[in-house]
Amino acid sequence: MITRRSFAATGLAALALPALPRPVRAADWQAVLDAAKGQTVWWHAWGGDPKINDFIAWVGAEAQVRHGVTLEHVKLASTADAVARVLAERDAGQTTGGAVDLIWINGENFAAMKEKGLLFGPFAERLPNWPLVDVAGKPAVVTDFTLPTGGFESPWAMARLVFEYDSARLPAPPATIAALADWARANPGRFTYPQPPDYLGLTFLKQVLYAVMADPAVMQAPAGDDYAAQVAPLWDYLDALHPVLWREGRAFPQNEPALGQLLADAEVDIAFAFNPGRASAEIAAGNLADSVRSFVPEGGTIGNASFLAIPFNAAHQAGAQVIANLILDPAVQARAQDPAILGFQTVLDLAALAPEDRARFDTLELGVATLSPEALGPALLEPHASWVTRIGEDWQARYGVAP
Amino acid sequence: MKGAGAALILPRLTLALLVLPVAAGLAGTLLPAVSGFQALIGWPGLPRAAALSVISGAASTLIALGLTGLIVAMLHDRPGFALLRRLLSPLLAVPHAAAALGLAFLIAPSGWIVRALSPWATGWQVPPDLLLINDPGGIALTLGLVAKEVPFLLLMALAALPACDAPRRLAVTAALGYGRLAGFALAVWPALYARLRLPVMAVLAYGMTTVEMAAILGPTLPPTLSVQVAEWMMAPTLDRMETGAAGAALQLALVLAVMGLWHLAGRLGAVALRRGAEAGRRVRMADGPARALAALAGYGLPAVLGLALAGLALWSVAGRWDYPAALPEALTLKHWARAAPALGSTLATTLAIAATATATALVLVIGCLEAERRAGLAPGRAAEAALYLPLMVPQIAFLPGLQMAALALGLDGHWPAVAAAHLIFVLPYAFLSLAPAFRGWDARHGLAAATLGAGPARIFWRIRLPMLLAPVATAAALGLAVSVGQYLPTLLIGAGRVGTLTTEAVALASGGNRRLIGAWGLAQLVVPAAGFALALALPRLVFRHRRAMLAGGAA
Repeated sequence: MITRRSFAATGLAALALPALPRPVRAADWQAVLDAAKGQTVWWHAWGGDPKINDFIAWVGAEAQVRHGVTLEHVKLASTADAVARVLAERDAGQTTGGAVDLIWINGENFAAMKEKGLLFGPFAERLPNWPLVDVAGKPAVVTDFTLPTGGFESPWAMARLVFEYDSARLPAPPATIAALADWARANPGRFTYPQPPDYLGLTFLKQVLYAVMADPAVMQAPAGDDYAAQVAPLWDYLDALHPVLWREGRAFPQNEPALGQLLADAEVDIAFAFNPGRASAEIAAGNLADSVRSFVPEGGTIGNASFLAIPFNAAHQAGAQVIANLILDPAVQARAQDPAILGFQTVLDLAALAPEDRARFDTLELGVATLSPEALGPALLEPHASWVTRIGEDWQARYGVAP
Repeated sequence: MKGAGAALILPRLTLALLVLPVAAGLAGTLLPAVSGFQALIGWPGLPRAAALSVISGAASTLIALGLTGLIVAMLHDRPGFALLRRLLSPLLAVPHAAAALGLAFLIAPSGWIVRALSPWATGWQVPPDLLLINDPGGIALTLGLVAKEVPFLLLMALAALPACDAPRRLAVTAALGYGRLAGFALAVWPALYARLRLPVMAVLAYGMTTVEMAAILGPTLPPTLSVQVAEWMMAPTLDRMETGAAGAALQLALVLAVMGLWHLAGRLGAVALRRGAEAGRRVRMADGPARALAALAGYGLPAVLGLALAGLALWSVAGRWDYPAALPEALTLKHWARAAPALGSTLATTLAIAATATATALVLVIGCLEAERRAGLAPGRAAEAALYLPLMVPQIAFLPGLQMAALALGLDGHWPAVAAAHLIFVLPYAFLSLAPAFRGWDARHGLAAATLGAGPARIFWRIRLPMLLAPVATAAALGLAVSVGQYLPTLLIGAGRVGTLTTEAVALASGGNRRLIGAWGLAQLVVPAAGFALALALPRLVFRHRRAMLAGGAA
């Protein structure tokens, strides 16, 4: 569940960077480190993937050794649980000593917390490792859900939508979104997508929009009066696709892991994920056939970033900042990018790294099913949030009640 | 256990413990409902979702109750039944989510049964595209609920059966020429059902409001009302909580309405039964098919659940396991090794919480029942209703409000707080399983002791409690199982900081990793199963020289 959304408007992103990040003063950061020493940081993060859980445990061990900070992973079934917790605390008048110190957060949750003033900060751009972050090359690290992060969350991983297929059953995957529909008609029951409002399902709809809209660029502005006419091709596409989907579109997988399980069980031939390294990592873990490969349709796929945020009332804000900084450390980022560990792409600018740090990335294997950066093609910008909201609602109205 | 006056404190305290948190939580959660009704009614899936909740809940309860009655009627005094009886408790200990996941893997088109038959028998090189689970009609969900609830109802029925005087009544009806089924229905069932009413209501409410099972086996276009309410309550944008609260209010109303209809149907059923008795038909023909169906259900359901768990167990040690292989390519312990550190630390917390909640619940329930006897009180209908309030009100409808209250009082985020929250759910089950045995206790034992000069306290400690050791042990095991299975109360009152086997398992289940789900599901099962095993063994150990003490009581 790498976060959703948002390469958003690059122009907006640039606007969101008014003054260049003020380098943190060594004395300020030393004060944070001193305050953090001995703290226990409660990191609320989705706990559904053992690979990620192991990585977080490893980060905790590093934090203990390097900074004397203890990291406790609160394994969530849904990030919204943590958001609801902070909201409940605020409503109960608890403005300090909150239970949540750090949240692995994504678009809608971030937008909700920022809007309600539930976040601590801005802190991200004052972290000592911030200058290493590739703001120019990966604008999504400062724009989430088309919303400028404003330093209220710190990025830690990049994600891209990639399609996965089993080359043993499907030698040549379709090259475009239109060809995907043709292939599905020729092979009924062998393709599906997670049921919106699941973020990966909505991402698939956005990917289709990019392929079928007359002018996808209009999605960078809020949806307007022409919305219905503009998205009509999406509904035409889905109306034709649903009867040939898995279970004839009468049931859908609920999320990315469920879709991945269908691929592993040979129930579908094509799946997709928001992590280019997922297929390789799952093959390495023995969960997927080693004939699985990944591909992207022509024209590129949607991409975004994952973040860490600190609630306004977190009990251990110093310790939380130390973790957010530690996770931007080149050694930690390289470990996350290792397909045998996580396969998450780094947020750092490799050109800005010291040679020995860059070498950590250069020596990484891509993984048997992972596309090279060139093969991944361009990253498509996330549409303005209003499009996603309306498409999600319309999907519910059109397909949410089985015929 | 002082005088009767002092003893009244306990029932009142217990009632307060049941009613106050639910009431406070409901108020906190449902106040926003008023402004959410418009959005709720505007949801196009509402009629179907509500119908799904009602039908799957009511149908599963009706089928489970029918099968339970059939099994008890046809099999309870047969050889081989002891085995079934022994299987019940471990089956009861299976957490709902684990049972649902195991069943899903068993019956899915790429599941174990199809794998065992493919491709040699079926010719299916890839799984067939059949809508077996998540079907829009909720059939898979209904059957899953039946499989999970029959063991519970059966255990409750067997606990109540000794008080129903079944052997003599059945002997009389048999002597009059009635078939077994007819004789049981006319002479034993009315007494048995009267004692089963509360557990049946708990099953009905659970079936209508379950989130875990419906999310795994139930339809998704739309989902049941309970799943949708949970989704609204947890929506990331935080703006659907009012809709969720309105949905929870509707859910509560539906549960109450169906319960009312159920009682009405029960009255009609009683009338029909009396008519049948007056007609005097012996219906011996029905016995053959009834016995076959009872055997099928009685031994088939545990077999299906057992296979589902075996599938999970196999996944927990599986390497690559692609369709259509019937067995994994390789076995590995790495999933267990991966889970081991977290398992160890959460096991201690889980046990501490479960033991505290269960011990407290037992003290309160036994105190209530003893006070009831000493003061000669008949339990009022209101008190009985309050008893199953926490089982009847959907958890999602009052737990968020309860969390707010706990937060405001600074009473959350540590395990005693979670144990207190679990107590709300353990209490009713402890009461449900203990009350029939305590009320059915032959008071002449006490009378005899009193004539020999024993005071009420001595009678309680030396006679009543020891005689009821077996049901107490069963209630303790049930309490343990209920506490271990709690997800939402643990998450909300524990502030996410109190990790139990179930919170870890549910978090992992959201990732769909069958291997780790298998490991955690089994771990989740072991604790209550050990509890039930102890409950079976304890009376046998204590009364190893007093065999008559074991008769009837031990479940």
